[in-house]
Amino acid sequence: MILQSLKTLSLVGLIILGLSGCTTVKEYQKSRINDAEMELSARKSEKFEQNFYLYREGAAGANGGKSGGGCGCN
Amino acid sequence: MKKICLSVGLLLSLMRVGYTQPLDKPPYEPRKLKVDEINLVSSYYQQDGNKSAVTGGIGTEYLTDFAQSIDLVLKSTDAKNRQHSLAFDLNIDHYTSASSDKIDPLTVSSASRSDTHIYPSVSWSVHDNDRRTTQGVALSYSTEYDYKSYGVNVSFAKASADNNREVSLKAGAFFDTWKVILPAELRPEGYGSGAHGDTDPVDYKPRNSYNVSLSLSQVINKRLQVLFTVEPAFQQGLLSTPFHRIYFQDGAETVERLPGSRLKLPIGLRLHYFMGDRLVVRTFYRYYIDDWGMQAHTINLETPIKLTSFVSVSPFYRFSHQTAVRYFSPYGEHRSTERYYTSDYDISGFNSQFIGTGIRLAPPGGLFGIGHWQSVELRYGHYTRTTGMVANSLTLLAKLK
Repeated sequence: MILQSLKTLSLVGLIILGLSGCTTVKEYQKSRINDAEMELSARKSEKFEQNFYLYREGAAGANGGKSGGGCGCN
Repeated sequence: MKKICLSVGLLLSLMRVGYTQPLDKPPYEPRKLKVDEINLVSSYYQQDGNKSAVTGGIGTEYLTDFAQSIDLVLKSTDAKNRQHSLAFDLNIDHYTSASSDKIDPLTVSSASRSDTHIYPSVSWSVHDNDRRTTQGVALSYSTEYDYKSYGVNVSFAKASADNNREVSLKAGAFFDTWKVILPAELRPEGYGSGAHGDTDPVDYKPRNSYNVSLSLSQVINKRLQVLFTVEPAFQQGLLSTPFHRIYFQDGAETVERLPGSRLKLPIGLRLHYFMGDRLVVRTFYRYYIDDWGMQAHTINLETPIKLTSFVSVSPFYRFSHQTAVRYFSPYGEHRSTERYYTSDYDISGFNSQFIGTGIRLAPPGGLFGIGHWQSVELRYGHYTRTTGMVANSLTLLAKLK
């Protein structure tokens, strides 16, 4: 199963690298990319939602949320 | 013609003077550390259900959590024109859990029927614009009635020459300690309850977590960017919860027992697209697998709509599907011959949905005439899962700059 995941991971990585060749965007063309809503990390207001997913669902990680500390056991 | 030649000559000499200015002097003066941003977050969360792990997979899951968070970001620029950021983050959760009463119905003062969870952290990062690198370190601490955690994180990121691509690597470790509080009827002779004032001893067990995160972000075009993340994590120590009861098919009772290590592999992909002038589409997909037999798929879609330049509304929807760990069985269905057992529905198989919306106000002159109050955001979400649990979450964020 882990091997299968690594294959998926390599495939996605290759797709991204393939996409990376598309366009070179200059700094002055990034007005939309630099918009606050386009930020790639999770926003501050999502912080507590991510904490409760971490406690209430077994699958955690890879979304920028809290990844350790605290048992969340109640 | 002579005048034109003279003007061009003069301009060229001025430009030359400009270029021959001494380069050993930094273009910016060092700036002292000053407050750059303050975020205040308040959140209320409530859940209910009827499959509590404390009582072996039956009973109330009612829980409320009132959380407060303040983070303070200070910035400075040094003589080499590198930007230093120092961030302090303090979080305080006050929660009540109806099922915790059931750990020890006689004392009711047990574990965390009502508890305060405090977790401060401090982080420092340096961004070098010339080398396009950012490196940082963070320390964290977390304390609850029966649980303590110390954490350390280091990070490094490097951007491409055109700033369209960035690779980042993070590594973290959490060193935790459990106070082993057992259900009242399962305590050996002379074993303490863990309650204040009880002088009988209780055990303490470690739980350590290590994670590495590798991310690649890429600007695809003027409107589209992606982020790919792989975050393997490894845990070892006491991974079961000592006060979760288990009931076997023959009616016998014990506490939850799970393996002493767990390897997790979550893989995430974010894709954000700015459509037209008013709509942003934020998508997220995650695949998860671990060595306890759980697999999960999570998708998240959020579409911030800019009603005006200062007001946006962000409806969102999240769907998650996970399979149960191989040690899970419901109340009364475990066999006493099994090596590991849990009736914790958080690691059972289920589908969950989270739906809601956020509203954000960010007027240019500040809110309510306060120039430093840059924005306010209110977010509400309703969560349901196929185990019967429902939850509601309300979050308020105020940003000051």
